[in-house]
Amino acid sequence: MFLFLGLMTTKLSKKVAGTLGTIGLGACLVIGYTAALTYFASGSLEPIKVLDTVWIDFSQIAEGFSINLGIYLDPISAMMLIVVTTISFLVHLYSNGYMDDAHLIKYGHEAEGGVKHGFQRYFAFLSLFTFSMLGLVLATNIFQMYIFWELVGVSSYLLIGFYYTDPAAIHASKKAFITTRFADLGFLIGILILSYYTQTFDFDTLINGSSSAISTMQGTSFLGCSVLCWAMTCIFIGGAGKSAMFPLHIWLPDAMEGPTPVSALIHAATMVVAGVYLVARLFPLYLIAEGSLIVITVVGAFTAFYAAAIACAQTDIKRILAFSTISQIAFMITSLGVARPEYHEGVGYMASMFHLFTHAMFKACLFLVAGAVIYRVHSNESGKMGGLHKYMPIASIACLVGCLAISGIFPFAGFFSKDEILVAAYANNTLWGLWMSMVAGMTAFYMFRLYYLVFWWDKPDYEAHGHHAPKEAPMVMTLPLIILSVATCVIGFLPFSDYITYNHEPLHAGHDWTVIISSTVIALIGIGLATVLYFKKNDKPAKMANAARGLWTAANKRFYMDELYMFITHNIIFQTICRPIAWFDRAIIDGTMNMFANITNAASYAIRKFQSGSIQSYVWIYLVGALAIAVVSMLCLI
Amino acid sequence: MELSLLMYLIPSLVMFGCGVYGFITRKNMIAILISLELMLNSVDINFAVFNSYLFPGQMEGMFFSLFAIAIAAAETALALAIVINVYRKVKNVDIKEITKMKF
Repeated sequence: MFLFLGLMTTKLSKKVAGTLGTIGLGACLVIGYTAALTYFASGSLEPIKVLDTVWIDFSQIAEGFSINLGIYLDPISAMMLIVVTTISFLVHLYSNGYMDDAHLIKYGHEAEGGVKHGFQRYFAFLSLFTFSMLGLVLATNIFQMYIFWELVGVSSYLLIGFYYTDPAAIHASKKAFITTRFADLGFLIGILILSYYTQTFDFDTLINGSSSAISTMQGTSFLGCSVLCWAMTCIFIGGAGKSAMFPLHIWLPDAMEGPTPVSALIHAATMVVAGVYLVARLFPLYLIAEGSLIVITVVGAFTAFYAAAIACAQTDIKRILAFSTISQIAFMITSLGVARPEYHEGVGYMASMFHLFTHAMFKACLFLVAGAVIYRVHSNESGKMGGLHKYMPIASIACLVGCLAISGIFPFAGFFSKDEILVAAYANNTLWGLWMSMVAGMTAFYMFRLYYLVFWWDKPDYEAHGHHAPKEAPMVMTLPLIILSVATCVIGFLPFSDYITYNHEPLHAGHDWTVIISSTVIALIGIGLATVLYFKKNDKPAKMANAARGLWTAANKRFYMDELYMFITHNIIFQTICRPIAWFDRAIIDGTMNMFANITNAASYAIRKFQSGSIQSYVWIYLVGALAIAVVSMLCLI
Repeated sequence: MELSLLMYLIPSLVMFGCGVYGFITRKNMIAILISLELMLNSVDINFAVFNSYLFPGQMEGMFFSLFAIAIAAAETALALAIVINVYRKVKNVDIKEITKMKF
């Protein structure tokens, strides 16, 4: 009941500008926290359906088959509730400072006409996004989730394309929307297969109730794999699109064209983890379909490495953060993929959710720092920054905290969650463990590269271009930074394993000291390397880049994935498939219709001479016709 | 002497034929209108005659002919108004000259 009110608040505040939007979100935050804490404090961790109403009834087709709308509370949705409302509230607060007139006017000057009414529009979209994200998180059934899934995609599209006068932003928003839509096709197919066999959309029934249908699905095989496995893999494709897993990751780096707070909210903390959430939500089904879990692990592990490698060679600070987001989400996905009940009581599931939670905090923090820096320096390029720790001490400290957290250094949040992930990976297979440890080291390296490049390195001449020297961002912007950094320091100590596990039983796995020590050492090595290379201005990085020029360029160009996509879509799909289809449409379908029209037209031209305008000739024709009919009918009668 | 049905029908038929002939051949629009009236009247006669010969107890045919006469009167008034307007426009009532109403 409370939650429903919360959703309504978000919805209503859509049209109201800044402050009201923030207040609405504040109310939402309070309600969300109350609900989540009440739920966790209630002792029982069984899922509750707070609200469930039939939306579309299909009981003629199958008994009890309907699409419902409702609110579903279980440990992970309560956790997501906290994440979404917290980050969203802080981002709303922050945006009040970030999206001020000066900023909008700056973008307005770039293209004629400018971005009009940006402020209200921005908050409207932001609230729409929060609403749909909450709807997604609290969905009672997979179809409701799908609806909100699309809504989230739409609001993401709107926000990426917020600076609609900038062609790059428009391209980015289209790219994001099309890529995720393409992935959602997989999701939809998965839903349809699943519901075809189980005759339900409901999460509860899917997970607990319909074991016979599930075993039928497992028994039925298609192309060498069980149907269940196919369905779950298809659903994962949807999740992979939203969570920017390789090879559907191409939209996320470009999505950084949107305003920075949006990147923090949508493309770091909440929307992109929807895929992880989806897999976690259906985890019991994934456990049965082990083949798809293996797919998930492989995709996740590869993406983690791939994105980390690219992040080492980017210069745009938001791009670096974007690739680090991809890499971290891949960590969560891998963690889900390696989770099995038999290893450490399924620690991977818990670790994934924990990492989701902590990552949301510190990545939002990092993005907001990036936003503050961009706000003052007016550029995304790390080459134009440097030495900022003197000018923006608070942002610098917040960024340091975020970087330490993401690298996994005690006692920051990332340490706890990332170690759990590594434990899970080692438990499944040492290979995965080593792989993920390596990626964790790379994470530490590129994050500190970013930190040093922005806040240390060499001080460029800020006053050269008529700008005044950068200074600390306004209070509304620094406050969220402080809150998030403090959160990053303390949330690692939350007793997560007592609450969020795949079977709602508390987890009793102890810490694995080898993993903890080794991961910390690896992270320290990464940090040390970054310190050596980037702390002070020197020519070592340039030399290294020269030494491995091919590799560096490839990583800088994101391993040419975008070009590959362009090639495939433009040269192969458009040429060989779309062109014949277009021809068929124009020549055959339109042609047939045109033919009918042309025949009718020609016929009317041919007979129009009959209408001469002389009435007596009409009468003649009429008379002759009537007589002819009379004669014919008389002949017939005789 | 009792008149047979045919003795009514033949003049009616002749009247109708005259009407058709006049309608097709006359050039004056007023004359065409008169031919039209001739046709209508012959039909009225048919109605009345058929009614009294075939269904003596009933009155539908009679009423129908009265109805048709009323309609014909109204229609004639309308047609004359049109003819007058056409005359004002083209200073002529020759049907052969008025062939504007075509494609």
